[in-house]
Amino acid sequence: MTVSVDISQRLGSLTLEARFESAGRLTALFGPSGSGKTSLINLIGGLMRPDRGRITAQGRVFVDTAERIFVPAHKRRVGYVFQEPRLFPHMSVRTNLLYGRWFTPSAERYEDLGRVVELLGIGHLLERRPSRLSGGEKQRVAIGRALLTSPRLLLMDEPLASLDEARKAEIMPYIERLRDETKIPIVYVSHSIGEVARLASDVAVMSQGKLSAFGPTGTIMQRLDLLPKEAQGEGGAVLDMQVAAHDREFDMTMLASRAGEIRVPRIDAGLGNKVRVRIRARDVIIATERPQGLSALNMLAGTIAAIQPADGVAVEVRIDCGGEAVMSRITRQSLHALDLAVGRPVFAVIKTVAFDQENLSRTGALHDI
Amino acid sequence: MSWMQLSPEEWTAVHLSLKVSTWAMVVSLPIGIAVALLLARGKFWGKSVLNGIVHLPLILPPVVTGYLLLLTFGRRGPVGAFLAENFGIVFSFRWTGAALACGVMGFPLMVRAIRLSIEAVDRKLEAAAGTLGANPAWVFFTVTLPLILPGVIAGMILSFAKAMGEFGATITFVSNIPGETQTLPSAIYTFTQVPGGDVGALRLTIVSIIISMTALVASEAMSRRLGKRLDIE
Repeated sequence: MTVSVDISQRLGSLTLEARFESAGRLTALFGPSGSGKTSLINLIGGLMRPDRGRITAQGRVFVDTAERIFVPAHKRRVGYVFQEPRLFPHMSVRTNLLYGRWFTPSAERYEDLGRVVELLGIGHLLERRPSRLSGGEKQRVAIGRALLTSPRLLLMDEPLASLDEARKAEIMPYIERLRDETKIPIVYVSHSIGEVARLASDVAVMSQGKLSAFGPTGTIMQRLDLLPKEAQGEGGAVLDMQVAAHDREFDMTMLASRAGEIRVPRIDAGLGNKVRVRIRARDVIIATERPQGLSALNMLAGTIAAIQPADGVAVEVRIDCGGEAVMSRITRQSLHALDLAVGRPVFAVIKTVAFDQENLSRTGALHDI
Repeated sequence: MSWMQLSPEEWTAVHLSLKVSTWAMVVSLPIGIAVALLLARGKFWGKSVLNGIVHLPLILPPVVTGYLLLLTFGRRGPVGAFLAENFGIVFSFRWTGAALACGVMGFPLMVRAIRLSIEAVDRKLEAAAGTLGANPAWVFFTVTLPLILPGVIAGMILSFAKAMGEFGATITFVSNIPGETQTLPSAIYTFTQVPGGDVGALRLTIVSIIISMTALVASEAMSRRLGKRLDIE
C-alpha cells in the first residue's frame, strides 16, 4: 500500500478520525472547508502530531503512537505544495528550486533540475525573483521545488484554490503529468468536485472530521448523497474511456468503453489513449425507447440499477450500462410519468456539447499494485 | 582650519570610543539574536521576567546600571571575581568594562529591533523549508536570518550609536581614565570641566556627530539594498 492512515486527533470541538489505505497514483481528500482535510494532510506531512494512530507511506512509518515513533517533517522526505506558493522571497527561482536538493542523500535523488523544469515549463523563469512571477508561475515553481527533493510522497493542499480559472486551467495539465509521468504518489486536498473528478484515482470523502467514504473516483462520484449539497448537481459518473476514432468533418472524437461509444468535442489525443470523462448527473436524460428525431448524439443502452430520492424535486437514477454506471438526475414527476423502476431497460441520453474541456482529461495508469 | 586638528589625547579618545562601541555591538549581537528569538517565539515560564530584565537598562538611571555593574562585575563582585580568577577577564577600570557597560545599555534597543523583525517573519516559509528537508538550524540560517537581516542591521546600528554616546553607566563602572576608559563623551565632559577646554569639546562634538551620521547613513543604504534584494511582497 502506498499510503496508509489510521489516526485520531482532537481539534477543538471536532475529533478528526480517518482510516484508509490507498495504492492510487493520486488520492484526493475531498470535503467542505472545516471537514479536517488540511489537518489530515498536515498529519501526513509531519506538521502536526496525532493524538493516536499510525501513518505509513511507501513502506516507511512516519508516525506510530503505539511504538512512540514520530518522524519530524524534515526527515520524512515528503514534498509539500501549499495553497499559497510560499517561495523564499530572498532567493531566485533557481535557488528556490534547488533548496531541498541539499538535504536529499545523493543516492536517493531521482529528479533533476532539467527534467522538472521541462515538466513544469519554467525554464524561462529561473533567474527571476519570486515577486516577479504571476500566481500560476509561482505555484508551478512551488511544485517544482517540492519535486526536486525527490520526495517519497507529494502532498498538495488545495494548490489551485488561490488561483483564478485561467490559472487553474494552466496548472491542471501539469498536475496530470505529475500523476502520469512521475512515480511519486500524490495526496491532494480539494473541495472542488471538478478537480477531484478530473485528477483523482481514489477519493477519501471527509465530513465533520470523519472519513465518510473511501474508494476509486468512479465509485465515489456516483454516490451523490456523499457530496456536499451545493456540489450534488456536479456529481455523476466518471468513466475512463479510450480514443476510438476522430471525426474530422464535424470536429469530434469518438470514445469507447464498456458502456458504449460516446462522441465528445474533438480532443487532442492519439488513438488508444486513455481519456477520463465526467458525465454530470444533471446532463443525462432518460428515455424508455431509443429516441428518434433528437439532436443529442449519445445514447447509451442500459438498465436501471438503483433509484434514490434526492432533495425535494429530484431523484437520482443509476443506470448500469454494460458494467459501467451512469448517473441521471431527473424530477420525481418524470419518474412517475415514465413509470421507471429498477430492472427496466432504458437509454441514457447525453448531448455532446455537455462535455467541455473541464470534463475531459487525458490519463495514464492510475493505480500501482 | 588648524583649530580642527585633533590632539593625540583626543585621537586616543576617538579611537577608544570606536573600539569600545564595536566590541559592545559585536559581542552583544549573538546574545541579542538569541534573546530576541526567545522573546518572540519562546513559550516558557518567566518570559516576562526575562523581558523585564532585558529592558531594565532602558528605564533605570544609567548611573544605577553602572553601579549595579560595579557590584556584580567589579573585582569583588561575584561574577567579576569568578571571571578574573578562572579566565583572567577583568572589567573594572579597563576598556573591556567600558565595552560591557555600553553593550548592556544598548542591549534593549538591539533586542527590540531584532524581535520586531522576527515577529514579522512569515512562519509558513519556515514550515515550507522544513518540509523540504531542512532541520531547524538550517531553517534559521537559510530562511529566518536572511529575512530578519534588516532588523538585525537596525539593531546593530542602534547598539553602536548608543555605545558611542554612553556616559553615565561607563563613568560609574570604570571611571574616566584617559587612554583606558575615557571615551568620547567622557572626554567632552572632562573638557567642559577645565578652563579653556571649549575648543576641544567642540572638536570632539563634531567628530561625534560625524561618526553617528555616518553610521546612520550606512545603515539606511544597507537596508535599502537589502529591501531591493528581498523584494518582499
